[in-house]
Amino acid sequence: MPPFKLGLAQIDTQLGNVQHNLAKHLELIDAARKQGVELLAFPELSLTGYMLQDQAPSVACYPSADDKAFGPLLKASHDLDLLVGFVEVDERFRCYIAAAYLSAGEVVHIHRKVYLPTYGLFDEGRFFSPGETMRAFDTRFGRIGILICEEFWHASSPYLLWLDGADMMLFMSASPVRGLTNDDQLESVAWVERVNQAYASLFTVHIGHAVRVGFEDGLIFGGRATAFGPAGNLLASGPDFQEGLTVTEIDQDRVRQARARLPLLRDERPAWVERQLRQIQRPPAPGQSKLSR
Amino acid sequence: MTADDSPLSINTKLARRVLVTFIRDELGRHGFTHAVVGLSGGIDSSLACHLAAEALGPDNVLALRMPYSGSSAESMDHAGLVIEQLKVRSLDVPITEMVTPLFDRFPDMSKVRQGNVMARTRMAILFDQSAAFNGLVIGTGNKTEILLGYTTLYGDSACAINPNGDLYKTQIRQLARAMGIPEVIIDKPPSADLWPGQTDEGELGTTYEQVDRLLYLLIDERAAPEAAVAAGFDASFVEETLARVRRNHYKRVMPPIAKISSRTVGYDFLYPRDWGT
Repeated sequence: MPPFKLGLAQIDTQLGNVQHNLAKHLELIDAARKQGVELLAFPELSLTGYMLQDQAPSVACYPSADDKAFGPLLKASHDLDLLVGFVEVDERFRCYIAAAYLSAGEVVHIHRKVYLPTYGLFDEGRFFSPGETMRAFDTRFGRIGILICEEFWHASSPYLLWLDGADMMLFMSASPVRGLTNDDQLESVAWVERVNQAYASLFTVHIGHAVRVGFEDGLIFGGRATAFGPAGNLLASGPDFQEGLTVTEIDQDRVRQARARLPLLRDERPAWVERQLRQIQRPPAPGQSKLSR
Repeated sequence: MTADDSPLSINTKLARRVLVTFIRDELGRHGFTHAVVGLSGGIDSSLACHLAAEALGPDNVLALRMPYSGSSAESMDHAGLVIEQLKVRSLDVPITEMVTPLFDRFPDMSKVRQGNVMARTRMAILFDQSAAFNGLVIGTGNKTEILLGYTTLYGDSACAINPNGDLYKTQIRQLARAMGIPEVIIDKPPSADLWPGQTDEGELGTTYEQVDRLLYLLIDERAAPEAAVAAGFDASFVEETLARVRRNHYKRVMPPIAKISSRTVGYDFLYPRDWGT
């Protein structure tokens, strides 16, 4: 497979104004196309903004050609593959934080966010239903997995995608940055990067992270999209605190090289892990606490 | 411990960039390009004015001086230094003639009540001028005073957005120094200047250095009170500080509404302030 150009769109959004945000998507798509980008990823909830609260059901989109937002996006996906974030409502009126991968005018994959942070400054579980599955899927750039923000703080998420065949992971976030110290970056920014870098290394995959920028009710979306190679090497990073388009070349041959050096995937033992998990989760026998075993 | 080792030590360049962007973006979301700041001559409002001027340009910032006959002349002079330094627009609206009739009507009014009346009169002028100037009011309260409740509700705490509110007083000083606010403003004892001789630290019964370190431990580090005592803070100081934070929480939240209907503002009618922007 020849190398291809990945673009990470770093945008601000208007809360709940899908048409405004769509226009921004189309602008970025146009700019990316001019730079030869073949796959362009947008951040979490890129079509709606993040802090939706009770607005969520009213800004939902339907990933089909007759939807006002997805119609133009599907059309644009004839030129380059797209990953966008939106609110999805199912037939039983449950709302999800979702991501859609579009290519050649088709919806290739929908991912619904499984882990909804509902603690501290987050309140997603109050407004959204959790997704039920995490799957990799085939694209013209190989097999890809998508994770949305909080999901990649659970090590099980990229592990599952890895076992399901993902050689590239696309992360999308709208995470408020925080933690002012003496350092050059807010604390959480470096933390996120360490995590992404660790996953790229541990799973010997490419990782592209598309992030939001701007402010919502005083929460800061800091930007700085990143892409890491399968040796944990930083390939590219976006600007801090401003919109931008970060473009980097992804060469899947680097995955082959990394795995030749470090055959972690070959040596992984999912069946054994599964057996261990079953044993760990087995309830203790009556009268016997887990601690005494 | 050197200053840089303190957990309260901040990267001022980063803080400046974030807060300037915050002012520009949050105002911009709502279609505003102008801001109004009540300039007292103290460090907090001087910093807010600096940040606003950098975010919006000095021509788009209106600094209001609102002296009372009992205010110190120094406060006016120091506010003047900032106006001169930044070249922001300015307006003086003395409040003496507005508050005196009320003070005369209630001759037994305590100093605290008088102080509150003055703070709320200044608030009314600020918001009126913000309408005239087509701008928003920039808040100046810092994290220390917000947590301790050392503020007049609907007075100096009233604003549209507040860039200072997540910085402790000692962090405000670091940023003020980095932004070139005159040393004379940074070094003087902080005071609400509501009556002669009033100082924050005199009223609070502690220094900002001391209480900031304690608040950082209890709030930011989520330490238990016992852990703060183990870290060397006096047990009664810890207890009084926590009681003060708790007692004044009402100033930090909206007043409760009796929830009597099936959908109520604040409980299950939940939208962000930036709704639709």
